[in-house]
Amino acid sequence: MDRSVLLLNERNLKQRKIKNYLMILFCAISSIITIFPLVYIFFYTTGAGISAINLDFFINLPKPVGETGGGMLNAIVGTLILIGIGGLFGIPIGILAGIYVSEYSGSIMSNIVKFITDVLSGTPSIIIGIFAYGLIVLPMQRFSALAGGFALGILMIPTITRITEEMLKLVPHTLREASLALGISRWKTTLRIVLRTASSGIITGILLAIARASGETAPLLFTSFGNNFWSISLDQPIASIPVMIFNYAISPFDEWHRKAWAGAFVLITIVFLVNLIVRIVTKTKYKAG
Amino acid sequence: MIIYEMFKDSEESRNMFSWGFIFVDDWDSVKESYGALSFIYGTIVSSLIALFMALPVSIGVAIFLSELAKTAIRTTISFMVEILAAIPSIIYGFWGIFALAPFMRETVQPFLQSVLGFIPFFQGNIYGFGMLTAGIILAIMITPIITSITRDVLRAIPVSQREAAYSLGSTRWEAIKMALLNAKSGILGATVLGLGRAIGETMAVTMVIGNRAQIKASLFEPAYSMASVIANEFAEASGSLHISALIEVGLILFGVTFIINSLARFLIFSVTYKMDNK
Repeated sequence: MDRSVLLLNERNLKQRKIKNYLMILFCAISSIITIFPLVYIFFYTTGAGISAINLDFFINLPKPVGETGGGMLNAIVGTLILIGIGGLFGIPIGILAGIYVSEYSGSIMSNIVKFITDVLSGTPSIIIGIFAYGLIVLPMQRFSALAGGFALGILMIPTITRITEEMLKLVPHTLREASLALGISRWKTTLRIVLRTASSGIITGILLAIARASGETAPLLFTSFGNNFWSISLDQPIASIPVMIFNYAISPFDEWHRKAWAGAFVLITIVFLVNLIVRIVTKTKYKAG
Repeated sequence: MIIYEMFKDSEESRNMFSWGFIFVDDWDSVKESYGALSFIYGTIVSSLIALFMALPVSIGVAIFLSELAKTAIRTTISFMVEILAAIPSIIYGFWGIFALAPFMRETVQPFLQSVLGFIPFFQGNIYGFGMLTAGIILAIMITPIITSITRDVLRAIPVSQREAAYSLGSTRWEAIKMALLNAKSGILGATVLGLGRAIGETMAVTMVIGNRAQIKASLFEPAYSMASVIANEFAEASGSLHISALIEVGLILFGVTFIINSLARFLIFSVTYKMDNK
């Protein structure tokens, strides 16, 4: 080609170099643009949250408008209960599906499971909410913690399945063969040896899924609904931090906005810590491996 | 199972409005007349705005991370991008209400109107809440997804290709451009996946889009999206027809995201598969 001829052309080379610098500059600038909102949101939330947060926030129930003080104790407990229900239901299914996809890969069924998990992870969370509504709220005739937990459980499944699958694939094949050669049955090999080797990775996956579920709002709006009072019964509407933030944020009262910021601060701290822990754990693991 | 449930529950509304549902923009719970066109419009336009803004930036970041940055910077920035993806959407929305919307109302939108006011997109009243604000929030939210997938796809392109480009005397950008060309269907897949995410995003959009069922050319006007109408009206829907109509909106939303996600998976898969087998 005449590329070599072009190379000799001095002006052309200069142009190419300028273009080179411009594009690299553009890449660096876009990184800064991307980081900016994160830093901004983070400090904005922290700034507004820290001034509003105090011990009351964690140990008191919400007060009506006009009264000072009060906290979100019911929402905090509610979120924990919802995540508990979701985890009870989502974690085993997620792990089992992950085992199936990884250990029995190749079969048509495992490909179908894999595809469904992919679809599920891309499904908007509000759709999951409608699903839980149709399945649990309609038959029960009222909003309940159970329905909210169920929706969160479904949301956890794809994350856990994906990570379980990837972690199991990292387990060397020779380990499985050694175990099988000793005459140990296949399910015992999977359960006692493969799963145990991959357990720390799977735990990080569960942590990530919980962090994600704890911030989910959309599916809870019409499943667990929210509750301004103390309630821990599973068949009643229950409060949760994200829904509380939503209701407070769109309200016209300054006092409530401050509460909502405090809640947002709590959520963002959880997310940040979990990600940091996961990051550190996986890093040391890769170094050791 | 999800599909079946939603199909069953939306039966009433489907029988009532049939295909007209997606072409009518009238949504009135008092008159019991429902049409989803304005929501579909709001969803599509806000997602496209988001994509338009997020795409070049994400690709830039991905190139920066996979080709240019040193290890220390790379790990820091990838960590930050991960956090950006992990922040709950409710916090984006909250931030949007109190920080972004006032900023848009007082600074960005008057400026856009004075400079580009001759285009219909930038005319009309300024509220701060509306299509453009929703688009910006969405752009922030989908950037991490597009970035991380593009970065992975770029990493899948063998280094030897870049070395070959350098050895022919190309500049750094020209070598990167080669890699980009090779990764283009993967990047397309990442884009489509980001689009799917933007379409399904609920809380952040609900909080800043303004929630008014109307179709206006101006991007400053409040609008409504499919996900946010469900979020707002579902819990207090009046009558079974209303609920059924909302579920049908959900069904449309699910159908669209399903198609988009399958497409994206297929595109990403095709690149990584090709590279693995080379």
